[in-house]
Amino acid sequence: MKTCLVVDDSRVIRKVARRILEDLGFEVAEAADGADALAWCVTAMPDAILLDWNMPGMSGLEVLRRLRQEPGGDAPKVVFCTVENELDRIREALAFGADEYIMKPFDGDIVAGKLAMAGAL
Amino acid sequence: MVAALCADRAGLRVDPGKAYLLENRLGPVARREGFSSVGDMLQVLRDRGDERLAWAVIEAMAPAETAFFRDPQTFDVVAQAFEDLARRRGGQALRVWVAACGAGQEVYSLAMLLDEHAQPGVSVDLCASDISERRLEKARSGIYSQFEVQRGLSAGRLVRHFEKQDDAFVLIQRIRQSVRWRRVNLLEDQSLLGRFDLVFCRSVLGTMLDSARTRVLGNLSQTLAEGGYLVTGLGDSVTGLTALPGGVYRADAARQAAAA
Repeated sequence: MKTCLVVDDSRVIRKVARRILEDLGFEVAEAADGADALAWCVTAMPDAILLDWNMPGMSGLEVLRRLRQEPGGDAPKVVFCTVENELDRIREALAFGADEYIMKPFDGDIVAGKLAMAGAL
Repeated sequence: MVAALCADRAGLRVDPGKAYLLENRLGPVARREGFSSVGDMLQVLRDRGDERLAWAVIEAMAPAETAFFRDPQTFDVVAQAFEDLARRRGGQALRVWVAACGAGQEVYSLAMLLDEHAQPGVSVDLCASDISERRLEKARSGIYSQFEVQRGLSAGRLVRHFEKQDDAFVLIQRIRQSVRWRRVNLLEDQSLLGRFDLVFCRSVLGTMLDSARTRVLGNLSQTLAEGGYLVTGLGDSVTGLTALPGGVYRADAARQAAAA
């Protein structure tokens, strides 16, 4: 079974995302901040990561930067999932190695479509 | 009454059992036209037979395509078809028609694809049509909501082909201006449009009455140039043309000769 790590400081968002991802056949893990997310990745690299941008402590962009430096850290498909919706922000995320980008609010179709485009389905 | 109107004028099959669909689609039309309810509007239509109002109702009941790059495998086949056509036509411009283009996502998907794979010396003439003037207007504007640009469109394509305008996303001018628009009822004769190398008709065939479907497919096949391609929805089946994967059909020279 493929695994997906949901990184978001909002418990509601994590819950909504979990339901969508489980329907898509993923085993889901949750992290409430960047440090927690990186700890997860070091222990067991997930197949996909749904990553918020603005979180207390480490930003999603910083999580992505550090993840890609880890051994095996280039493997997970990373899909940003954030309220940031400026094109320059999206360019920045792609330049840092994000595979896809979701602008909140999202629904199941958008998550499924973006994961498919990222090659994570 | 709505079902009969849609069947007569546009060949559309409207299931009378789906009353909620009527309310859903026609509610906004009734509000726009200043009626207090869908029932009131239909009563007036019944009594006076207002032609403009009748078309507003038909347009609202006609299905619209809502995703970019719907059925990605179809676009893979289409990309190959382009290469094949470009090779066979030499320097001649390729003519493409997207029939029932809805809010424009499909024809713009093609425009983006062509922009990304631009080949020197190959020019493509993109035409799009719909039965609804309102949808053509929206399509021509190239303006899409945040929700719309996340259906089928990759982040890479979004940043490459769009600009942000307040809360909406607008296709860049070069892409918008690569398409010519025109109102067409597919039930009518299309010989004036000329011949096309590639004809798209993916969203409406499945919602048409059998008799209308046969007629539309006949009309569309007649507009295909020799060796041209007809791209249908994945569930549609077409007789008399060579089937390729992804709902794509090829008109071969023999059939064209027989039809001529």
